[in-house]
Amino acid sequence: MKYSKTDYSTLSPGKKLAVKYFVVAIILFGAQLLFGAIAGAQYLHPGLFYNTLDFNVVRMVHINAMVVWMLYGFIGSVYWLIEDEAQTELVGYTLGNLAFWILTLAVTVVVAVYLLVQIGPGNQLSLWLINEGREYIEAPRWADIGIVICMLIFFYNVSATFMKGRWTGIAGVLVLDLVALAGLYLAGMFYTPNISIDQYWWWVIHLWIEATWEVLVGCIMAWALMHLLGTPRRIVQTWLYIEVALMFGPGILGLGHHYFWIGTPEYWLTIGGFFSALEPIPLVAMVVHAVYDAGKHDFKNRNHPAMAWLIAHAFGNFFGAGVWGFMHTLPQINLYTHGTQWSASHGHLAFFGAYASINIAMWYIAVQKLRGDVPFDSRLPHAWRWKWALALLNIGVLGMTLALLVSGYEQSFIERAIEGSTWAGYFKAQTAKWFVQGMWWRQFFGYATIAGYLLLVWDLATIGKTVSQPASGADKLPAHQPAVSR
Amino acid sequence: MNKSPWWASESFWRKTAVWVTAGMLVVLIFLTFDTVKKITAGSQRVPPYSVINKRIYYRLNPKRGFMEPIIGDDAPLFGTRLDEVEAEKLVSSGKMTIQAKNCMNCHTLLGNGAYYAPDLTKAWLDQGWGSELVREQMMVRFLMDPKTNGRGYGTMRRMPNLNITEKEARGIVAFLKWMASIDTNGFPHNFKTIPQEGDQ
Repeated sequence: MKYSKTDYSTLSPGKKLAVKYFVVAIILFGAQLLFGAIAGAQYLHPGLFYNTLDFNVVRMVHINAMVVWMLYGFIGSVYWLIEDEAQTELVGYTLGNLAFWILTLAVTVVVAVYLLVQIGPGNQLSLWLINEGREYIEAPRWADIGIVICMLIFFYNVSATFMKGRWTGIAGVLVLDLVALAGLYLAGMFYTPNISIDQYWWWVIHLWIEATWEVLVGCIMAWALMHLLGTPRRIVQTWLYIEVALMFGPGILGLGHHYFWIGTPEYWLTIGGFFSALEPIPLVAMVVHAVYDAGKHDFKNRNHPAMAWLIAHAFGNFFGAGVWGFMHTLPQINLYTHGTQWSASHGHLAFFGAYASINIAMWYIAVQKLRGDVPFDSRLPHAWRWKWALALLNIGVLGMTLALLVSGYEQSFIERAIEGSTWAGYFKAQTAKWFVQGMWWRQFFGYATIAGYLLLVWDLATIGKTVSQPASGADKLPAHQPAVSR
Repeated sequence: MNKSPWWASESFWRKTAVWVTAGMLVVLIFLTFDTVKKITAGSQRVPPYSVINKRIYYRLNPKRGFMEPIIGDDAPLFGTRLDEVEAEKLVSSGKMTIQAKNCMNCHTLLGNGAYYAPDLTKAWLDQGWGSELVREQMMVRFLMDPKTNGRGYGTMRRMPNLNITEKEARGIVAFLKWMASIDTNGFPHNFKTIPQEGDQ
């Protein structure tokens, strides 16, 4: 009997929906990298696409593609795991499918408008139809409304499925987190001339990233560890609660590190500095959790690429979000580094380590099922592809992070400390030898990241296709076995 | 079967997670009420929009240990004195133009945005405008035709032509002047201002 085939039609409704989300996520991941490469090249060759596809448009597509592909990845991951977790079929498949197509159509239109229309006159119509001009939430208002509606449909599907089936600790955390996920987005949908008020509420969006997304990946990690290693539910759920307590505890007021310089009162210097300094703690907990569980099971699992990406996630989250965030989160340091390439350095490693990596782990879990649950272990042919994709992507992003950090050091030192933050000081820093060198290295490692991505896509398209042995006889941890309560 | 100690039990951490989250949210809500009151336009930290009728200085406050904006005597923008409603309308048109032209994906405002072009927080006070006498007109001309009037300070980086009208450019200048009057706790650090008439 041949097991190694891609068989989408036999998947359960939730998993079918998940695969659609994963496919769009992979495409948008590619778009993010492409536009990142163009933006990086514009630092080195400022004339590139001047007045045709300017930096502001390129950078907007770069960061928006990232936010959206990660959101697609998370939605796909939840749809993938929900039926195993709730032990019942997904409720509202048709509605979920409709939401997928509406969201995808909306994203396509938004990107087309970004690229072809780009900007508009200074009136409300531009904000409603072209772009809102607010970093990370540039999507025009009509699309914001569409996103919230799609998120509400997603919320209904998830909560109704858990209500119909089994309600677990992961389910509870997930459902509450999705309420916050949809609710916080609403904070971004308004206009005010007051930039301080604008930035105060805009940064509530940051709770999305620092708290609700982190908790969401905590849920995915908990499920993935049960799925891949057979870790007992009692253990992963206890860790999940610890992570939620540690994440929301400091994380909610840690938001204050965005309130140092936007006109907000001085008490935020103390509150933001103190609580955001505590934010790495749950990320340490995640590393301990993942590595301990993996070690306790002697790293025995049937999906080596997925497990490797989960470990990459645990460390990437800790270093990118935790260490790199902590490095410049105290106001005494942030005064010099805020709004420099330091932030870009932190952003690259944090988003990749915390969110890209766990999405990739879920893609490997999904693709294993699609290939007939064949083992992705040491017997896997062409294993070099996933290993090199893992290496290139991680080295590429880490290299960009370090290069941007060098440039950031130069910029904060020359522009802020010496030159007094003037425009002339800004440009003096931009032309400093080590700043420019950093930008060249960033570009080099950016291309390494793209090479890793291409290899990843090739690997996902082909991995396990030539393997024909059944999974269940291979070892005692079949991946398709739903995690049961212990 | 060994029972987990209370501090390692699932139920203890579930309750802790719920209470810690709820507690912190309550604190955040309380702080939000206080902060929003203190950053509403017209407050001490965020001046009213009609501040564009005044001269704005930026001076070191030795007590606080960093520089802060000082509101000076009359210096109406473009030579026309505006009441609060008119001033808000002009500043708002500038803010909306800044959003519609997607300025934040090259520049930073209050340090937030992209890092391809200079921070705009105190752009109104920047030395690059030369003197107070020509600043307003230079800014308008630059915004309307950055290709001709822009300076890349040797980087070859140039602002693109964003089809900004004169009305929009005046709004942007008003917004930048108002933004320069916000007390940002000394950000950006050590800012060196344009020589200002009457500045000691």
